[in-house]
Amino acid sequence: MATKSGTQTTRKGGPEGGPVFESSTSMRHALDWVFAVLVFAATMVGLVVLVVLLVDIARDGLPRLSWDFLTSFASVFPESSGIYPALLGSLWLLALTAIISVPLGIGAAIYLEEYAPDNWLTRLIEVNISNLAGVPSIIYGLLGLGIFVNLLGDITGGQSILSGALTLSLLILPVIIIATREALRTIPGAVREGGYALGATRWEVIKSHLLPMALPGALTGTILALSRAIGETAPLIVVGAATYITFAPDSPLTAYSALPIQIYSWVSQPQPGFQTAAAAGIVVLMAVLLLTNSIAIWLRNRYQRRA
Amino acid sequence: MGSRRKETREVREVRSLSEVSGERSGIGGDQGGQASTVPEASTLGMKIEGLSAYYGSFKAVTDVSMEIRPNKVTALIGPSGCGKSTFIRCLNRMHEVIPNARTEGEVLLGDQDIYAKGTDPVTIRRRIGMVFQKPNPFSKSIYENVAWGARINGYKGDMDELVERSLKRAALWDEVKDKLKKSGFDLSGGQQQRLVIARTLAVEPEVILMDEPASALDPVSTQKIEDTMQDLKERYTVVIVTHNMQQAARISDYTGFFYIENMGDPGRLWEFDETTKIFSSPSRKETEDYVTGRFG
Repeated sequence: MATKSGTQTTRKGGPEGGPVFESSTSMRHALDWVFAVLVFAATMVGLVVLVVLLVDIARDGLPRLSWDFLTSFASVFPESSGIYPALLGSLWLLALTAIISVPLGIGAAIYLEEYAPDNWLTRLIEVNISNLAGVPSIIYGLLGLGIFVNLLGDITGGQSILSGALTLSLLILPVIIIATREALRTIPGAVREGGYALGATRWEVIKSHLLPMALPGALTGTILALSRAIGETAPLIVVGAATYITFAPDSPLTAYSALPIQIYSWVSQPQPGFQTAAAAGIVVLMAVLLLTNSIAIWLRNRYQRRA
Repeated sequence: MGSRRKETREVREVRSLSEVSGERSGIGGDQGGQASTVPEASTLGMKIEGLSAYYGSFKAVTDVSMEIRPNKVTALIGPSGCGKSTFIRCLNRMHEVIPNARTEGEVLLGDQDIYAKGTDPVTIRRRIGMVFQKPNPFSKSIYENVAWGARINGYKGDMDELVERSLKRAALWDEVKDKLKKSGFDLSGGQQQRLVIARTLAVEPEVILMDEPASALDPVSTQKIEDTMQDLKERYTVVIVTHNMQQAARISDYTGFFYIENMGDPGRLWEFDETTKIFSSPSRKETEDYVTGRFG
């Protein structure tokens, strides 16, 4: 058996006819290289599109961005229009949504993972939560309109920041619950047993060991969920966020606008001046997103180091 | 300190002769953590009566009765899957932590049935500590690993002193005294296991259950754990599950052999006797085959 270049023959079959290995290593390496190129290209598609988008937005929006833009109210004149009420509205929404959804989501996850018995009811709840994570956001908007704006209007103030935040909370609760449950599930059972064996109650084990260990994972899910919430437009339109507002919100019960709503409203105006205002608004929205994300990542790393 | 310890030991010898009974009535009614009424010198034995353990409808252990003597090391040996670990987890109500797991029969600590109605498993587990097969320190500092259990159980004394004493009893103090703030995970496997023992000792249990505590460790660490156990039985009652027959022979006073006759049957306590008897002249053939290494 002649050994051709690039073809490797190892351990010829013995007289008894043992196993024969024959393969073209150069061919196998070539295939490996082709695959690497393909997956690199796949990565680049997403990245390049994103960069093009960012550059385009920045070119349109950055020149328009100024302190005045951040601190002015909306106006019928594109040049004097500002994003102040929408920015404040979004920050209000973000804070309220976090305050409402994080304790509820983490609490529900702890119950389902640590307390709930394994029966058909909890399994039904689990399946439902997974499904809820995939429900279109406009449906949540309609739900919010029916319950928070109309039914509970006397308490929530109708088309108020509170109604908007409650709706967004419903929207992101499933994501937070699922992320926290995953984080709790990765903690080995030995940690719980170690706690119980010392005469600890379930709550003591959860508080001292499970929550600190699960927090980094739970926070990651919460970051993603809140990022989604702050960018949402559809449900907010349904629950009545205003597109034109002449005062800054100062309580959860007032009317409000939000960044994506303001951007949407500007984009649909015919004047080119509003188009650049929209681009500037997008830059502001992205800055808010990056800022909240980095705060959350910093928090996560801090807990991770302590754990 | 030295003379006091000697005294308590004498008391204990008397106790073990007179077979702990009757004297400890009143403990059972003492719920809710103020268990500091238990005098330091007391060490209780355990008595198991007709204990069976289930996972759902599967019976893993059937009808075990045995007596665990105070201040002795009792070893449980037997082939894999014959219910030793399940059984030892029944002794401090850790078995029921697994969903659908349950037990039948009586387990007495002193003269208190730990499965009696209204008995709080949380109180029981403080009094009957447990060390697991794989070291499972908490992701906290070495100091906190030891202090946590004592704190949640309402320890009121000097915590620094308790941590030091517990680590000393677990023969770990000298190795960690300069790095108490470091994470428990920074220690080697053998040190972690001794840290877990120290953490168990810090809540002042009466019985310590060990489920193959040295099976994941190297010979040197195993030696250290075994040495620790010899000291522990002066103050505590020790039950240990082990796959290592030499270990059982070296460290235990009594040995129980668990065995399954036919595949699928629940595990049984096949023979229980003094360790010297089990290893020199066991009364059943299967025990002899096992301890002489003919199977398992």
